[in-house]
Amino acid sequence: MWRYILKNLTYLIVTMVATSFIVFALTEATPGDVARKLLGAYATQEQVDSLRKEMRLDRPLLERYVEYVGNLLAGDLGYSLRYKTPVNDIIWDRLKNTGLLAAVAFCFIVPLSMLLGVLAGMREGSKTDRAILLGGTVLASVPEFAMGVFLASIFVVWLGWLPGTATLVPGEWSVASQMVLPVAVIVLFDMGYVVCMIRASMIETMQRPYIRTAVLKGMAYRQVILGHALRNAMLNPVTIILLQITYLVTGVVVVESVFAYPGYGRMMLEAALFKDIALIEVGVLVAVVVAVGTQILGDLGYRMLDPRIRL
Amino acid sequence: MAMQSTVETAVTLRARDGFVERWAKRLALLRESPTAMVGLGIILFWVAVAILAPVITVYPPNANDYAALANTKPSAAHWLGTDHTGRDIWSRLAYGARTVLTVAPIATAGAVALGIILGLAAGYYRGWTDVIITRVCDIILSFPVIILYMIILATVGASALNIILVVTGVKAPYIARIVRGCCMDIREREYVAAARMRGESGQFIMLMEILPNARGPIIVEACLRMGYTTITIGVLGFLGIGLPPPDPDWGGMVKDTYGMMSVWPHMSLIPCAAISSLVIGFNLLAVGLREIGLRD
Repeated sequence: MWRYILKNLTYLIVTMVATSFIVFALTEATPGDVARKLLGAYATQEQVDSLRKEMRLDRPLLERYVEYVGNLLAGDLGYSLRYKTPVNDIIWDRLKNTGLLAAVAFCFIVPLSMLLGVLAGMREGSKTDRAILLGGTVLASVPEFAMGVFLASIFVVWLGWLPGTATLVPGEWSVASQMVLPVAVIVLFDMGYVVCMIRASMIETMQRPYIRTAVLKGMAYRQVILGHALRNAMLNPVTIILLQITYLVTGVVVVESVFAYPGYGRMMLEAALFKDIALIEVGVLVAVVVAVGTQILGDLGYRMLDPRIRL
Repeated sequence: MAMQSTVETAVTLRARDGFVERWAKRLALLRESPTAMVGLGIILFWVAVAILAPVITVYPPNANDYAALANTKPSAAHWLGTDHTGRDIWSRLAYGARTVLTVAPIATAGAVALGIILGLAAGYYRGWTDVIITRVCDIILSFPVIILYMIILATVGASALNIILVVTGVKAPYIARIVRGCCMDIREREYVAAARMRGESGQFIMLMEILPNARGPIIVEACLRMGYTTITIGVLGFLGIGLPPPDPDWGGMVKDTYGMMSVWPHMSLIPCAAISSLVIGFNLLAVGLREIGLRD
């Protein structure tokens, strides 16, 4: 068990070092260097050169990278050009907002998709199954921005029930009502995919011999599903559900842009458009931690649920 | 000499007949799944629109008709209305279909090719090759793709070629995973053992023995990836890091107009409906293909 955790922590650290170096090299070694970005297009070449010397940007990449990592470990995340404040002052706040959005959405996605997925996979080819499969496929096909536009045109423009932006500033609309549409878009888009995955796993489980035995010995169908099929059918989807956390935290750029939600994704988009290097680098590190962290968590969860695998 | 050439022609002709026949049979099989037919219908509709764009549109896609700004709603002159700068939405949709339907297939084809190479190598050679390829693919798969696009496109710049390259690199692991799974199963079959016994090279076995038999799942997965690539291209356009303006792309059309939704909802609703329908087409075809594949 400890060996397993240690191995994965090493893996996490190696991945972080590799990714951070790639991002560092990519952002700092591309045309339009840091000094030029700081000073803008109208600065003279001498000004750029002197700033480069002042910021000691003329040293080799590796040396600067080591210094950068040292600063990170000391808690200095750098200075954001886009927001004109230290990265520390902005990123945690944005992550908190995105965390809220992700948590609310997650609470809807998991029970809803489990219910629908099991209902569909229980009897493959039945009318319920066809309806859920088609519905899930169609929902997963509508891009998030299109889903946002569709929902907003109904509930904001036509019915006037909800606000079209979610800036989290309580005003005419409460924060709760602002959250409805962003959460709805995420849940609908992501659920389509998760439902199809759970359905596939359920179908596979229902074809196992022990289910056949249970049905043939005259066990109530309800009991077969709840007692025999469910736990086994949930094995594979657990990993998939946990992987959705990555999407929820770092992949909601589009939803946040549609509804002007002050979250991590929109911050990253603005940072990328503005070439705000310090913010991009830290943001990517956060994304890597979340991605690899949930991957390890999913692996652990899978091993705990499946008694055949011992740590 | 003459003799030899006739023989050769006859052989190739027969081979070609077989090829056509095989595909005709496959298409007939497709007709059994209504889901696949609906999906194929939607895709063919947009392909036709893209090809016939100059014929079926009246206005150039970037021409501003300022007189139409008085009433931007759909009318006899502008079938789907105009956008906020007086550009005909139908023209922009039709020419935008050209962009999507060239960039998405090329990018997906690239991803499929790269994925097949990686998957075959990992599944056939196993050992260290497998470990390295699988680990790298896992990292790319778990990494938030959109963040990756943003960094690369913001640092390197957005162009059709860059989008294709990035999509190829990011989607290839999905294909590789599928191919690797199939390959590990197929390499244990007798005909692979027979080929090895004949002394065929690893490359020959992978490409001529294993790949054709892994065809089904690869086609389904490629179809799914086409749908998601279409979404990706739309999203990049929507975020403003897609193809440079003013050439029409569906995501960009939404980006320009969704702020004005309370006044002119049709400007963003129409391109949204277009991109959604195309992705639904690809995904329905994938679902249908999978059903057909399961039946035989």
